Amino acid sequence: MSDKVLMKGAEALAEGAIQAGCRYYFGYPITPQNETPEYMSRRLPEVGGRFVQAESEVASINMVYGAACAGVRVMTSSSSPGISLMQEGISYISGSNVPCVIMNAMRGGPGLGNIAPAQADYFQAVKGGGNGDYRRIVLAPSSIQEGVDLLVDAFELADKYRMVVMIIVDGLIAQMMEPVEFKTRIDVSTLKTPEWATVGRHGRDHANVITSLTLDAAGLEQWNLKLQAKYAQVERTESRIEEYQMDDADYAIIAYGTMARIAKTTVRIARAKGVKLGLLRPITVWPFPAKQIQAYVGKLKGTLTVELAYRQLFEDVRLALCDKMPLGWYGRGGGVVPGPQEILGAFEEQFGKGR
Amino acid sequence: MEYNVVIAGFGGQGVMLIGELLAHAGMDEGKEVTWLPSYGPEQRGGTANCAVVVADEPIASPILTEPQAAIVFNRQSFDKFEPVLAKGGLLVLDSTLIDRKSSRVDLDLVYIPATDIAMELGNSKFTNMVLLGAYLGKVNPISMASLHGALSVFLTGKKAALIEVNKRALQAGVDFVNKE
Repeated sequence: MSDKVLMKGAEALAEGAIQAGCRYYFGYPITPQNETPEYMSRRLPEVGGRFVQAESEVASINMVYGAACAGVRVMTSSSSPGISLMQEGISYISGSNVPCVIMNAMRGGPGLGNIAPAQADYFQAVKGGGNGDYRRIVLAPSSIQEGVDLLVDAFELADKYRMVVMIIVDGLIAQMMEPVEFKTRIDVSTLKTPEWATVGRHGRDHANVITSLTLDAAGLEQWNLKLQAKYAQVERTESRIEEYQMDDADYAIIAYGTMARIAKTTVRIARAKGVKLGLLRPITVWPFPAKQIQAYVGKLKGTLTVELAYRQLFEDVRLALCDKMPLGWYGRGGGVVPGPQEILGAFEEQFGKGR
Repeated sequence: MEYNVVIAGFGGQGVMLIGELLAHAGMDEGKEVTWLPSYGPEQRGGTANCAVVVADEPIASPILTEPQAAIVFNRQSFDKFEPVLAKGGLLVLDSTLIDRKSSRVDLDLVYIPATDIAMELGNSKFTNMVLLGAYLGKVNPISMASLHGALSVFLTGKKAALIEVNKRALQAGVDFVNKE
């Protein structure tokens, strides 16, 4: 027997955050991730942390903002409509240059939609949501284990770049149980309070001030340029992708998260039929692994982007590949999850039998 | 190799628990496993189900659109999962509580009076174990020894006293299938 435990995704991700050094959680319940705040409410006091169930998502994200200004590891989680309510706060946190981690268990939309698995918040997560020129790092695990592992990276990246890092999953990953192993435990006593934190002057000659308000246009432009330089560095160095069965591939499916794990089986079925199909799975969807995908120009006869949404991920694939190869697309919405055979059917419809 | 099964019944019948036992036993054998509960807008007193996959390779989707097998505890669940079972699939049902017979001729059907058998063992609460035993009498996603191991993880403290009778209930299910 290994150190694996059988855990529900929403709970494993909460434990993963605690192991990654998270000691503060503020949230408001919403399905399908209620087990995350529930777990946090039980576990955080045991490790000397604090849990607050806020009166709303707007309050939660602003509590996160406050804790982030104090330089501690803090997170919140929610699901689609709740994340929508947090957008103002996410913009303020980004504009203030402070770090935090947010988990979104995406559900069917738009509006209240339903609680079934979806990836329709891609644009919101990757392109914006709040006002102003800001970016956040967006990580997209495709299993509970990967989610737990990525949470450690999420807090490290948030601290390193003073950015919002978002983990996007869905009801499938949040609600199912899979074996999981907690490999990394961050000792919070080794985490230093950053220089910029607003935790008192402590003999310094100046007070730290954190704000997202800069009335002077030239001054705000300079601030924006600083943020942009940081985002450019993140784009250069932090994009990640899994390349599965790509060595001799003629075609590739491009998919992330839940959709990618299902597409992996499509690849196996296609390979058994003699079709040289591979999978390109963005692990970071921002920064988008465009360079890694562009490396296949001239090698592939085409790609099929597959997502639980309507041409959102596809837009980034198109930006990366333009007209360099035939670009197919297949997606389902509203919480419907296609199986491996259905994806293969879409591939064959768009690219023939692939030989 | 991949085994998958839908387990369905009323909330409170131990439907989710036997799914967890299966998944846990699979994990202990070093296999890939997923357990996915129905998590829609559920109703008190309504039906509950979970889907369990035990496999040698990484599992693509924990959602079962055409399950290989179903263990059903009540009529509603029977009506719901009988039509979607894969061709030639296995259907284990509690014939004490379900009065209808399957109209599908391709299925491997196990009509087991699981509640009656559980009552003979002393309590209708063992029905879930009898049904799980019947399923394991037909297919072997995991060994009975691993399942016994999982039982001792779930039944601790005062409940540890119930391990033996649960094992007997499992065996009663296996025996019923073997006698058939």
